[in-house]
Amino acid sequence: MSVEAWTWAIVILSFALYLGIGYWARVRETAGFYVAGRGVPPVANGAATAADWMSGASYISMAGLISFLGFDGAVYLMGWTGGYVLLALLLAPYLRKYGKYTVPEFIGDRYYSNLARVVAVIAAIFVSFVYAVPQIRGVGIVLSRYLGVDVATGIWAAVLVTAFIAVLGGMKGITWTQVVQYVVLITAYLIMGIALANLLTGNPIPQLAFTFSDFAVRLSQLQVELGYKEYVAPFQNLSALNVFLITLTLMVGTAGLPHVIIRFYTVPKASDARWSAGWALLFIGLLYTTAPAVAVFSKYNLLNTLVNKPLEEVRQIDWVQKWEQTGLLKFQDKNGDGILQMSGNPEVNEVTIDQDIIVLSTPEVAKLAPFIVGLVAAGGLAAALSTAAGLLIVIASAISHDLYTRLINPGASEATKLLIARVVIFLVVVLAAPFGINPPAFIAQLVAFAFGLAASTFFPSILLGIFDRRMNMQGAVAGMLVGLVFTATYIIGTKYLGWPNFIFGITAEGIGAIGMLLNFLVAYLVSRATPPPPAEVQKLVDEIRVPKGSGAALEH
Amino acid sequence: MERLEEYWQKNLSLIRNLLVVWAVVAYLLGIILAPALNGIRLFGGPPLGFWIAQQGSIWVFIVLIFIYAARMQALDREYGVED
Repeated sequence: MSVEAWTWAIVILSFALYLGIGYWARVRETAGFYVAGRGVPPVANGAATAADWMSGASYISMAGLISFLGFDGAVYLMGWTGGYVLLALLLAPYLRKYGKYTVPEFIGDRYYSNLARVVAVIAAIFVSFVYAVPQIRGVGIVLSRYLGVDVATGIWAAVLVTAFIAVLGGMKGITWTQVVQYVVLITAYLIMGIALANLLTGNPIPQLAFTFSDFAVRLSQLQVELGYKEYVAPFQNLSALNVFLITLTLMVGTAGLPHVIIRFYTVPKASDARWSAGWALLFIGLLYTTAPAVAVFSKYNLLNTLVNKPLEEVRQIDWVQKWEQTGLLKFQDKNGDGILQMSGNPEVNEVTIDQDIIVLSTPEVAKLAPFIVGLVAAGGLAAALSTAAGLLIVIASAISHDLYTRLINPGASEATKLLIARVVIFLVVVLAAPFGINPPAFIAQLVAFAFGLAASTFFPSILLGIFDRRMNMQGAVAGMLVGLVFTATYIIGTKYLGWPNFIFGITAEGIGAIGMLLNFLVAYLVSRATPPPPAEVQKLVDEIRVPKGSGAALEH
Repeated sequence: MERLEEYWQKNLSLIRNLLVVWAVVAYLLGIILAPALNGIRLFGGPPLGFWIAQQGSIWVFIVLIFIYAARMQALDREYGVED
């Protein structure tokens, strides 16, 4: 069977598997729909969280991004993992003990304010939406990269599968498909990492090959010889301050993203939320510690294959041919000597490499069997689909639960609530598809917003709601507004209005950390100048601080 | 009630200790001291600052969460607040 036939077979098989799980996991009550009946074991929730977290971009583009940033790529490696420590220690067990369905619900109840609830609903929808659009786009990209399918067709096929699972099973259906999607994506990624590590170093464990071989240093030296930046040296592409603040913003933003937080509502007990965060980070870490190894090995191999080689000879290599056709790899023999020169100086450089090549070319470079190439495609698809589904259910539950059930029609019957939840998720999934097919240009730049906003609004207000009994509505609302307005103004100003990075040269990606500090400061000062929260709210804070009783809190 | 306050204080000091390790590894060793640590190469592999920022820190984060989960399980039992 050809590579293409294997890829089709495995992708179609994986879709059928997800549909089967979606049908098996169908639910009949709102607790099943919103929090999977709180019956997800901690290890399974860890796998679902990992799939939820790792996007199509983490799978296809992250190793490539790191290989072009060198040391400074650590902002993504540390930033997108370190937040789970904050989540496990500061948020997840307490929110699970509280035992409701959504993030805006905690904020609305803890700060006894429908204004705070509505602000949180809007922020949750906005953050999840800007994050979801590139994910849906990612599904189309994966299908077009590996199968040559038209992006729009690919997205509609994936959207219909997701809609089927989400409408029938809500969070329960999404959770169990995510567990399987994690297995598919990590298997494929590790096979690539192992093959590549073994090919270059003879050591099949990518993490050990990375740690005990000198390829990072050799790559670094090769880059310096060619006039590129040193690979292993810090702060070549970003200033030290920006590396620090972007890492902090991504960590805190991770912990504050609603689609990550609600995964921990699905485990049976508060203590399970702690263990589950550990499993989640272990599962995420398997990919995140493999990626920097793939980055070094693949880039070293790529440069070694191309630099100062005759163009005709290079074009004989099958994977070079394949990726040159797609335009991801471009050659231009500027001095006409028939030899490929690479250089940090764009005037003499003759090779243009798209960062996605780092991962996409791996199966051919490492000469993997055709069915493995199919599995790699299915892995990329699993990564993109699982993240999109996790984000879309946050948007749907903010509308159907926080707005409809809590504010508009609190007396609705269970059957009505479930029907509304199903209709809303169907509409959200289907209406999101066109945005993925034709993403508005500004959306790509808005992803900085998702982390900045989560860092400067959700994280401080949830943290203070748990750890500061004295925090009141006035303090929390003032803090959220200041954090939100400051962060949004800086990002819009520097990204769209041409402002310079006027605060110490901090980029839009790193400003959320400053917004978070402002939120904490304003919330503290305002809360101390205004009356303490009502006695029943203080009692609620005392209750969520102890795990006891969380297992019984299944009733809403 | 006093017992619960004591439980909470012990939880807070555990969180503080683990977050100190978290901050030292990620921000002090992985970023601020990385240029200096890059002068050290262990086992003939990559420079230490680079290795911590792109590999070691992630393993430390994972271990920190499991330590917290295990210590809190023991603490929950000691104070009779397990779920």
